[in-house]
Amino acid sequence: MASERGEKQETCHGKVPLTRSKLDLVLLLLRLLAFLATLSAMVVMALNKQTKTIVVATIGTVPIRATLTAKFQHTPAFVFFVIANGNASLHNLLMLVVGFMGPKWNFKGLAHLAIPVLDLMNVAIVSGGASAAAFMGQLGRDGNSHARWNKICDKFDSFCDQGGGAMIASFVGLMLMTVICSVSIIRLRNHNGNKIILDSSVVVP
Amino acid sequence: MSLSKRIPIFLLRLLALGATVSATLVMITSHDSAQLFNMKFEAKYTNSPTFKYFVLMNAIASGYTLILLFFSSKSSYGHLILILDLVMALLLDSSISACLAIGQVGKNGNSHAGWLPICGQVPKFCDHVTGALVAGFVAAIVYFLILLYSLHNVMNLFFLKT
Repeated sequence: MASERGEKQETCHGKVPLTRSKLDLVLLLLRLLAFLATLSAMVVMALNKQTKTIVVATIGTVPIRATLTAKFQHTPAFVFFVIANGNASLHNLLMLVVGFMGPKWNFKGLAHLAIPVLDLMNVAIVSGGASAAAFMGQLGRDGNSHARWNKICDKFDSFCDQGGGAMIASFVGLMLMTVICSVSIIRLRNHNGNKIILDSSVVVP
Repeated sequence: MSLSKRIPIFLLRLLALGATVSATLVMITSHDSAQLFNMKFEAKYTNSPTFKYFVLMNAIASGYTLILLFFSSKSSYGHLILILDLVMALLLDSSISACLAIGQVGKNGNSHAGWLPICGQVPKFCDHVTGALVAGFVAAIVYFLILLYSLHNVMNLFFLKT
């Protein structure tokens, strides 16, 4: 099958050699950046912990101290954030592997559809996780006077800063993954034209 | 575009319009107040930026769906509609996810942060917000289906014939 965009393909017995076009390299680079962004978001949030000793009362001259810990597991939104970014980084890693080793494998037609569909699913999951964590962080930073919920960021400032950094990394990863998803959907049309080719052709995620 | 192709997406958009409009209206009309000892709890949707974001996103999505219902799906605008559908689906998805996170804190509290649950004090508000979130969830799912249909219509992707 003759494809456009400078991809050359010769069918021999077995291997299909391929010269990558510039778009493939750019896409792989974007996937690498998205993988790094989601991985760093997951790791930074998973290591988010701060312990603080606060004086709660004073009996005579002896101050009574209580040790309070802020961990990411205390908030289900942050747990979902870690899981969502872990899922997305695993997906990006697998797509990177398929992208580098792709020319050696021959896929039938339906596998071409799996990559954009998985991309779309992971974009949705990451967007859900990032926005839930962002609004939870806003609640922790500002509190909610109507519900009598005190803010916690004035006491646990490094916890809040680290969480904010993880959220920024996740939003960067989300934007990159949206671009990658759109490009892979457009490439699907270019590969297939108006019908799905059910024989082998090269897949580049 | 043939009629048999246009009817499913028209029905889906109608369903999405119903879901987003109902989510917006139910959230806007949620209001409750309670008196507890010397504290007065007054619960409205404007108390939380998350619920305001939810109302805004669903209002934008319902306006967009309303405009598209009267728009016959001309193929010249298909790509623009596809991009806007993707953006709308992601925005609805993020708004429902954030509201569920905040709603979970409101229902169960967070003992580590010293946040008490408020659903015991204002049960009518909690039920109203739950209804709005259900409608918002349905809207997000229907929008993803609309996105898949838009992809199919624009790019002719899903023909499986040899």
